[in-house]
Amino acid sequence: MTDRYVLAVDQGTTSTRSIVFDRSGRMVAVRQREHRQHFPRPGWVEHDPMEIWANTQRTAAQVLRDVAAADGDVVALGIANQRETTVVWDRATGRPVGRALVWQDTRTAELVTELSARPDAAIVAERAGMDIAGYFAGPRLRWILDHVPRARERAEAGELLFGTMETWLIWNLTGGPEGGVHVTDVTNASRTLLMDVRTCRWDADLLAFFDVPAVMLPEIRPSVGVLGTATALSPAIPIAGALGDQQAALFGQVCFAPGDAKCTYGTGSFLLQNTGTELVRSRSGSISTVAYQLAGEPVRYALEGSVAVAGALVQWLRDGLGLIATAPEVETLARTVRDNGGCYVVPAFSGLLAPHWRGEARGLVAGLTGYVTKGHLARAALEATGWQTRDVVQAMEADSGLSLAALRVDGGMTTNNLLMQFVADVLDTPVVRPMVGETVSLGAAYAAGLAVGVWSDVEALKRNWHRSAQWTPVPARARALSAEYPRWERAVQLSIAWGAP
Amino acid sequence: MPGTVQSIERAAAILQVVAGSGGTLGVTEIAGAVGLAKTTTHSLLRTLLAVGFVDQDRSTGRYSLGAGLLRLGAGHLDVNELRARASNWADALASRSGQAVRLATLAGDHVDVVHHVFRPDDSVQVLDVGTRLPAATTALGKVLLASAAGRHGGGTGVGDVAVDRVELAEVRARGWATGRVGPDLGVSGLAAPVRGSTGLVVAALGISGPTSVVLDGRGAPRPALLTMVLDAAQAVSRELGHSG
Repeated sequence: MTDRYVLAVDQGTTSTRSIVFDRSGRMVAVRQREHRQHFPRPGWVEHDPMEIWANTQRTAAQVLRDVAAADGDVVALGIANQRETTVVWDRATGRPVGRALVWQDTRTAELVTELSARPDAAIVAERAGMDIAGYFAGPRLRWILDHVPRARERAEAGELLFGTMETWLIWNLTGGPEGGVHVTDVTNASRTLLMDVRTCRWDADLLAFFDVPAVMLPEIRPSVGVLGTATALSPAIPIAGALGDQQAALFGQVCFAPGDAKCTYGTGSFLLQNTGTELVRSRSGSISTVAYQLAGEPVRYALEGSVAVAGALVQWLRDGLGLIATAPEVETLARTVRDNGGCYVVPAFSGLLAPHWRGEARGLVAGLTGYVTKGHLARAALEATGWQTRDVVQAMEADSGLSLAALRVDGGMTTNNLLMQFVADVLDTPVVRPMVGETVSLGAAYAAGLAVGVWSDVEALKRNWHRSAQWTPVPARARALSAEYPRWERAVQLSIAWGAP
Repeated sequence: MPGTVQSIERAAAILQVVAGSGGTLGVTEIAGAVGLAKTTTHSLLRTLLAVGFVDQDRSTGRYSLGAGLLRLGAGHLDVNELRARASNWADALASRSGQAVRLATLAGDHVDVVHHVFRPDDSVQVLDVGTRLPAATTALGKVLLASAAGRHGGGTGVGDVAVDRVELAEVRARGWATGRVGPDLGVSGLAAPVRGSTGLVVAALGISGPTSVVLDGRGAPRPALLTMVLDAAQAVSRELGHSG
C-alpha cells in the first residue's frame, strides 16, 4: 500500500521550509532556504516577496523530488506563515509595489498614535478583538497606501491586491496573474484589525477607520478546507490548509480543548490558549484571536500572549556581547553560577508586547553590582524569558478564568533544560515537550491532511501526539520564585519609565 | 603596527565580516564593509575558498564561514550545544524505535546523561538529564570506554574502571554495544558512538527498553533497532561536521 504524505510550507521570518510528513506525523523530508533581511532605516524591517516566492517554489519542488522515490503520494499542501507581514502587489503583473513590511517593523508607530487618538478609536478593540498596535497588518497596509506613489489610486481602481504571506503564496501557487486565487485564512485575517472577530468578515466600519479599499482584500476562508490547487507544483496538489504560524503550532500541539495551551520559544515567545467557541474579551493585556476554523464548523478562539524577545536575547549575548560562541552555550554559562546574583534583564529592545503593550519601553539590566558576572547575566537573560511567560500566563488566567493544567512547549529553546525547569517553577505548572518539535509545520500539515481525509478527525491527530520530556515544578523553588516575582515586575516598570518621552 | 602582513590582516577582516553576516553578503558588500577594491576582495575570497575557510552559495554567490575554519575551533564541544544539535535526531529515534533515548558523554568511571527523550508511550517518566550512569556496565558507557581505550593505545588503562577488555575491543571494532541500564536485568540498552568533526568519539547515543524487545534470545540486538541506532548516531555525527 502506498503511504499518503502531506507537504507543509512554513514561511517564517528568517527562512522558508518545506517539510513532508507521513500519517504518523513523522518528518519524511525537509528543505530550507533563508531569505534576506532588509533594514533600510532604524526600526524598518523588510522582506522581498519575490525572493520568498522563489524559495517556496524551490524548497517545495526539492522535497517533492526527495519523496518521489519513496513509496508514497503527497496528497495535500498546508501553509503556515509569519503573521502580520504585509504585501501589496499588482494583480495584472504579479509584481509587488515594494518589499513586504515585516511584523517586526515599527514604522507605523506615529500612524498608530494618531489613529489611537481619534474619538472613534474604541471601535477597533470592540470589533477586531485587539487594540490598535503597530504589530498588526492593518496599519502597515495603510502606510503602504499612504506612502507608495499612486498606491491608493491604483488600489481603489482594483489594480492592487493586499495579502499576508499565505495569501501571497497561495495566489502565486494557484496561477498568479493567470487565475490565482486571492484568499486568506481566518487566523491571518484576524491579525489585520480589519476583520470583525465575531462574524469573521471584513468590517466596513473598520475599513473606513483605516481608510482601506475593500476591493484589494482577499476572501476570508476557514483554516482547514481546500483553498485552491497548487498548479505551480509538479504534481499539482490541493492547498487544503493555512494558518498563521503560532496558530499552526497550537494545532500541531493538538490543543483542541478549551484551556489547552502551548508556548513556542523562538526569536520571540508566543503563548496561545484555546478558549473554544467563546471569544474572551481581554482586559489584562492578552489578545483575543482566532485559533482555527474547520470548514463547516464554528470558529475556535484563543487568547494570545506575544513576547517580542526570547531567543533574540540569547542571540544578543552571542552577537552583541560576544559572551558565548553559540546559542546553546548560554546554558553552560548560566550554570557557572547558582542564581541570578540579584540581576534582572528586561529585553525591551523595541518596546514590550503582551501583556504590557508599551512601545516606548527600552531594555535594561537592573541590580548590577560588582558581584555580578557574565554567568549571572546569562542566567538573568534566560530567566527573563521565564518571567515573561509568567506575565502572560497571569494575564490570560485573569481573562479566561481557565487555569493551566500543563504548558506544552516547542521551539529551539526547549533543548535548554535550565530554562524549561525555570518555566515549570515560575509557573508552578508542569512543562511538556512533544516528540515532534516542528509543531508549526506539523500544524499546517495536520490542517491540510484533515481537509482531504488523510486523518479522519482531530482525535486521530491527538493519538499522534507523544510526550518527549516533562519538567515538573519543585514546590520550594516555585514558592521562592513567587516571592521574587515582584522584583521582576519592578524591573519591567523601570524599563517602561526609562523609555517614557 | 610594524611587521604585520597586509594580506593576512585583510583576510582576517573579511572573515570577521563574513562571520558577522551569517552568510548574507556577496563580494560587493564584503568589499564595501572592509573598504577594499572589489577585485582585491575577490582574489582574497578565492584563496579563502580554496583553503576551506569560507564557503560560497553557488546560486546566490553569497559567502559564509567554511567548514575548515569551523573545524579549527572545534576542539571543545559544549554539551548543551551537543544536545541542541542532536535533539531532532534523538526525537526521531525515540519515535521510530518506540524506546527511550539517551545521549551521554564520558566522565571518568561513569557517564553523564546529556539528553533524554521519553519512551513515546505517554507513561510516567522522569527526565534524567544530568544524572550519572556507571560506564562499565551500560551500553552508552561501553561505547565511550571502547573509544577512550582505543585512543590511549588500548591494553592498560581506562581510568580505574574494571571492564572486560575483550568486549571493549569488540565494541570498538563493530561500532555498537549492548548493556544494562540499571540494576534491573529486564531492561537493556543499545548504543553507538557519535563522532565530532575531527572523527573522535564525543558522545554515545542509545535506546533502552525491555530486554525482550531490544535483544533476541541469544543477547544480540534486534537488527531493525540496531540499524535505527546506527543511523541516528551517524546522523548526529554528520550534524557535528563528521564526514566519514
